[in-house]
Amino acid sequence: MRGGTHARWVVGAVAVALAATACGSESSGGSADAGAVLSASWGDPQNPLEPANTNEVQGGKVLDMIFRGLKRYDPETGAAENMLAESIETSDSQNFTIKIKDGWTFSNGEKVTARSFVDAWNYGASLKNNQRNAYFFGYIEGYDKVHPDSGEQTADKLSGLKVVDELTFTVKLTQKFSTFPDTLGYNAYAPLPRAFFEDHDAWVAKPVGNGPYLVDSYTKGSQISLRRWEEYPGDDKAQNGGVDLKVYTDNNTAYTDLLAGNLDLVDDVPAAQLKNVKKDLGDRYLNTPAGILQTLAFPYYDKAWNKPGMEKVRTGLSRAIDRKQITETIFHKTRTPATDWTSPVLGKDGGFRDGLCGDACEYDPEAAKKLIKEGGGLPGGRVTITFNADTGSHKDWVEAVCNSINNALDNERACTAGPVGTFADFRSRITQRKMSGPFRAGWQMDYPLIQNFLQPLYYTNASSNDGKWSNEKFDDLVDRANRESDPAKAVELFQQAEEVVRDNMAAIPLWYQNGSAGWSERLSGVKLNPFSVPVYHEIKVS
Amino acid sequence: MGRYVARRLLQMIPVFIGTTLLIFLMMYALPGDPVRALYGEQSVDPSQIAAIKAEYGLDKPLWQQYVNYLAGLPQGDFGTQIASRRPVAEVISEAFPVTVRLTIIAFVFTVLVGVSLGILSGMRAGKKTDTGVLVLTLALISVPSFVLGFLFQWLFAMQLGWTTPTVQDSMNFSQLFLPAVVLASLSLAYVARLTRTSIAENLRADYMRTAVAKGLPRRRIISMHLMRNSMIPVVTFLGIDIGNLMTGAIVTEGIFNVQGIGNLVYQALSRREGATVVGIVTVMVLIYLFVNLIVDLLYAVLDPRIRYA
Repeated sequence: MRGGTHARWVVGAVAVALAATACGSESSGGSADAGAVLSASWGDPQNPLEPANTNEVQGGKVLDMIFRGLKRYDPETGAAENMLAESIETSDSQNFTIKIKDGWTFSNGEKVTARSFVDAWNYGASLKNNQRNAYFFGYIEGYDKVHPDSGEQTADKLSGLKVVDELTFTVKLTQKFSTFPDTLGYNAYAPLPRAFFEDHDAWVAKPVGNGPYLVDSYTKGSQISLRRWEEYPGDDKAQNGGVDLKVYTDNNTAYTDLLAGNLDLVDDVPAAQLKNVKKDLGDRYLNTPAGILQTLAFPYYDKAWNKPGMEKVRTGLSRAIDRKQITETIFHKTRTPATDWTSPVLGKDGGFRDGLCGDACEYDPEAAKKLIKEGGGLPGGRVTITFNADTGSHKDWVEAVCNSINNALDNERACTAGPVGTFADFRSRITQRKMSGPFRAGWQMDYPLIQNFLQPLYYTNASSNDGKWSNEKFDDLVDRANRESDPAKAVELFQQAEEVVRDNMAAIPLWYQNGSAGWSERLSGVKLNPFSVPVYHEIKVS
Repeated sequence: MGRYVARRLLQMIPVFIGTTLLIFLMMYALPGDPVRALYGEQSVDPSQIAAIKAEYGLDKPLWQQYVNYLAGLPQGDFGTQIASRRPVAEVISEAFPVTVRLTIIAFVFTVLVGVSLGILSGMRAGKKTDTGVLVLTLALISVPSFVLGFLFQWLFAMQLGWTTPTVQDSMNFSQLFLPAVVLASLSLAYVARLTRTSIAENLRADYMRTAVAKGLPRRRIISMHLMRNSMIPVVTFLGIDIGNLMTGAIVTEGIFNVQGIGNLVYQALSRREGATVVGIVTVMVLIYLFVNLIVDLLYAVLDPRIRYA
């Protein structure tokens, strides 16, 4: 049987192939859902779930459930309120004494002490740990030693942090920064248990924190199950039995699952479904501005954009953009036209002032034409708006903005869209100062403070001042605001600084990005916090 | 035969090195810096970027990076993902079982249904059955897979309630059936067309007439003479198709929320995670090479005139 011999060889080769591609299969942990567990959509976080290494919403969702920091931002007002902090005191807006409440523990039983914070902050700041939020610790003294701009680090610990006793530590900053305590609600400042440092891999596989939830199981890439921590010492105990966060790669699919009753909460309703959302969900839908502002930045290293009179051209461009129409037609109202350079999540007391931009953000083609003419016209007679084409469908709105400008100026060729293939390339061109006209810029706040919307973006040589704008008056006002110990007065000074930004039109504000959520009939009490993360522990399941 | 297999296995080595080098160079040629892109809109100091690059050996010259990569492969070291700091081998081994399951179901479905339809219409060439199969296969070829995906989802899950609209458990064979059918539909149509043509042609061949004249029973004529000779083009197509089924499922995976290889490659590409892309492609190249070897060996089984020495 010749055929038989051949067949044997085929079988042999198949066996080799199978052995070579052999792969272990794991069974996913399918624990039985207790009555009051809800399921919610999730995206797989890129980075490990370390607090100082998470700066995106998906990882932030988990950290928000399993950690509590010194302060916590009120989901409604955005105000920072004491959580673990008993008191944060200062006499000079530069040296702070932080006292921690007694009685807090991590879910593994370890007590939360001053050292839990100091160790965590030192870890987050240290260059060798490659933590993405390291710059949060940049105001603390000694940061330049543990995280130098270039070269090796010369110290492992921030010299500005000192443990006084079990529940007290002091922080020394490099400059006066009166609103520093209000920044401490961000996840990067969360305390860490010893287990994090002693067995890091095990901790990352199953994080342990001090928040109202425990990590029950974590299957990377598909699901994380969080359950209520019954002994949680805080007074914001979870109102439900737990949350299963399921990974969805496409938010349309998550929405389909919500409608089919396989999912309770979707926190990013796809734009394509917005037409149906009223019909599908009725009032089980939320769409509110988040702490994200989209702007057009300018290259001030380019002389053409930095000469006197150009502020009129920039203001003219701003007035040539019909924000209302673009947010309605392109974004289906998932963006809100911007009227200042901060975000509504700050609230009135936090520094948001509706209409601070005033006329300069109002659509008026006649005024736009006049302003641009007065300012000496567009450099070279035309502008190109540069953006990255790979993420976030920016092409649509950039073209709409250009259309709006072209119509306002009665010039078909006044504005063109200039796509850059990838985000990585876009960023490297910005850092290499290769922009020759307005470019897409976006700012997602680190913490809900007006300072965070201004200083990192417009202060001379600030970390995210991509356009390299520089203005003495602005810098001076920010310095004064940081020195001011009365929060209300500090906010007022920041708003004056914001007016300087407006008068020079340092960047054109476009719109606030909204956060959205849709949920099933089982849920009630769904809210989004200032970071557009659902406040899971307040959700009730019936 | 044994020597032939050994020779083919040895030939795989240069092919393997060549393809991985190509992918490696392509990823390197893409503009932008993957480490910088990690930080998104946030600012980052150059020392941080330098530290990360040094940690992953990205600061070394390209040839050295490639040599290091090749040196790690035999030990199962596919490099490390920059963002998650997880070994690429671990990331692949999580998605792979899911993809393998999906591919097996899709492949079995393609073979069973596609070949049966092909035989059916080939035997009755020009009759009503043939026209019916023609219409069906043309429809499957012309409808894009995402249309079919949404249609099946709406029909079988939302209207009839036979299954959940998305895959709740990626390891569950029965839940993977719907996406597998969507995935298989295009290949199924091609397989049916190929089988039909081949069968219809061979029906008129001389050896068929001889077999009939010898008085062989009809079942033996069809299964041993007709089928064996008609399967060669189909087997060739199926060999190529396995690779497509494994990596080409990005759209289907998205619609049914299956966390498989297709999606992994897509995400890695958009994040410019070179190590992940090269790792997955390496595995795919290996599979592809082996499948092709098996296909070539199958030729000899199917057609006794083909010999390997």
